[in-house]
Amino acid sequence: MSIELELSIYVFFLAIALGLELVYRVSPLLHTPLMSLSNAISAISVVGALVIAGSGDAPTLSRVLGCIAVTASTINVVAGFLITDRMLKMFRKGPASVAKSGAPAK
Amino acid sequence: MIGHIWQFTYIAAALAIIASIKWLNSPVTARQGVLAGQVGMLLAVVGTLMRHEIVNYEWILIALFLGAAIGAPLAYLMPMTAVPQLTALSHAFGSLAAALVGTAEYYRYTTAGENPGAFILTALAIEILLGYLTATASVMAFAKLQELIPTRPMTYQGQNFVNLTLFAGAVAIGFWMITNSAPPWAFPVYIALSLLFGVLLIIPIGGGDMPTVIALLNSYAGLSACAMGFALQNHLLIIAGALNAASGFILSVIMCKAMNRSFSNVLFGAFGQAVASSGTVQEARPVRTATAEDAAMLLESARKVIIVPGYGMAVAQAQHKLAELTEALVKRGVDVKFAIHPVAGRMPGHMNVLLAEANIPYDRLVEMEDINDEFPETDVALVIGANDVVNPAARHDKTSPIYGMPILDVDKAHTVMIVKRSMNPGFAGIDNELYYAQNTLMLFGDAKAVVTAVSKELPALVGA
Repeated sequence: MSIELELSIYVFFLAIALGLELVYRVSPLLHTPLMSLSNAISAISVVGALVIAGSGDAPTLSRVLGCIAVTASTINVVAGFLITDRMLKMFRKGPASVAKSGAPAK
Repeated sequence: MIGHIWQFTYIAAALAIIASIKWLNSPVTARQGVLAGQVGMLLAVVGTLMRHEIVNYEWILIALFLGAAIGAPLAYLMPMTAVPQLTALSHAFGSLAAALVGTAEYYRYTTAGENPGAFILTALAIEILLGYLTATASVMAFAKLQELIPTRPMTYQGQNFVNLTLFAGAVAIGFWMITNSAPPWAFPVYIALSLLFGVLLIIPIGGGDMPTVIALLNSYAGLSACAMGFALQNHLLIIAGALNAASGFILSVIMCKAMNRSFSNVLFGAFGQAVASSGTVQEARPVRTATAEDAAMLLESARKVIIVPGYGMAVAQAQHKLAELTEALVKRGVDVKFAIHPVAGRMPGHMNVLLAEANIPYDRLVEMEDINDEFPETDVALVIGANDVVNPAARHDKTSPIYGMPILDVDKAHTVMIVKRSMNPGFAGIDNELYYAQNTLMLFGDAKAVVTAVSKELPALVGA
């Protein structure tokens, strides 16, 4: 096993552990925004799409597929982030009830 | 040794993405989280464009603009009730991208005649399989949520056998490709099987199970991004993909728990069978109905009211009228809260978003575990468009398909008012004994119309 592969596997497991830890703390109130935000983040595949679409040595078919992938993942990124923000903008705390124990359900 | 600038950009992008999930844990910092996510994604794209492998910019820029031009209107024009559909559609695009990149990479290796090694081929095979199946499954989920196709589970004899055989076939071809000895036709067949499997996966799943399925698809999309990270030796992809996979996984576990079902039960044991068994023995039992005027009187004189919204509220778009009713009651000194069941609606947290859209402050929205103790001291529980999540059969009737599912104990309230279109059983086709209970009043009609009528019947505010 190469060092690079070993490192990748470490990174994978640490990131999974971190992700589980972080997501457990997200309030159920925000589960829908969480899902659309993580949906937007999954469009990180735009990185791979850009590399193959712009590469000079890839066959034309690969580059065309890469370009379609760039378009598709950009739709994912843009729609994901915008809808998340649109949702979060709507969440507000009640003016009257700020005084009483305000913590929303964990 | 000094690396390339893009490497540092990637590290910064990974940190921003981690921060974005972290900040989402509270409504106070959540929007900051979105900003961090956007910065992370921007850094990732800019960093990538700086890489020396990239020599052709025209196509890329056109593709980026095209994507933004399609994505932005999608996000702004979709109504809030359509968030589950939009998320499913967005998933479809994201995972399609992952699958296409995998396909392009694989094609590049085969035309160049190089063998990248079993490890990279494995990663590519996983990326392609998960990417395509998530893409078609998400499109199917979109179609079901948008009601382009029937939302009821579609089952047939030997369905699980067909699905598993297909999946096994895809995995076998995947192994063949990994050994780098597969003939040229194997790759297209692999793609076709992955696409087909995604479709078949969703066919038996009913609308009520959509929250779990969307979360699971989210997880798959993350995993396929991870696999891409392994194939390209890119840690940023691995980190972002893993965070996404973890998030989807946790959400689907929460949804499964909230329905007292296992993953395999959601995916392979459609609720469809339950429809046939129940409902046959039910005779017409008497129910007590109430008029809008009765309801208004009861609500007005109550000290404490808990509203239980369900998908029916979303369908009728009743959330805004409900917000008006809430405000009117609060002005009259009534304590009004909303009880949110984890699987109410079509995606995790769906009700919270709809009620927030209607300007209901989030400190009135209470999760199931926190509110269940309050029902015995509640004067009126108002159930709007929810059914299975308030069915007491889940607590005691071992033969009920929903037995063991955690429910909101509305039957313990002094009076239960149920707004319902008709006596038809709910989505899962299970009859609800709550409708026949002594303390239950039925308000028949469209949720929006009923809520509007009740608001109108409220006695005028004293001194107003």
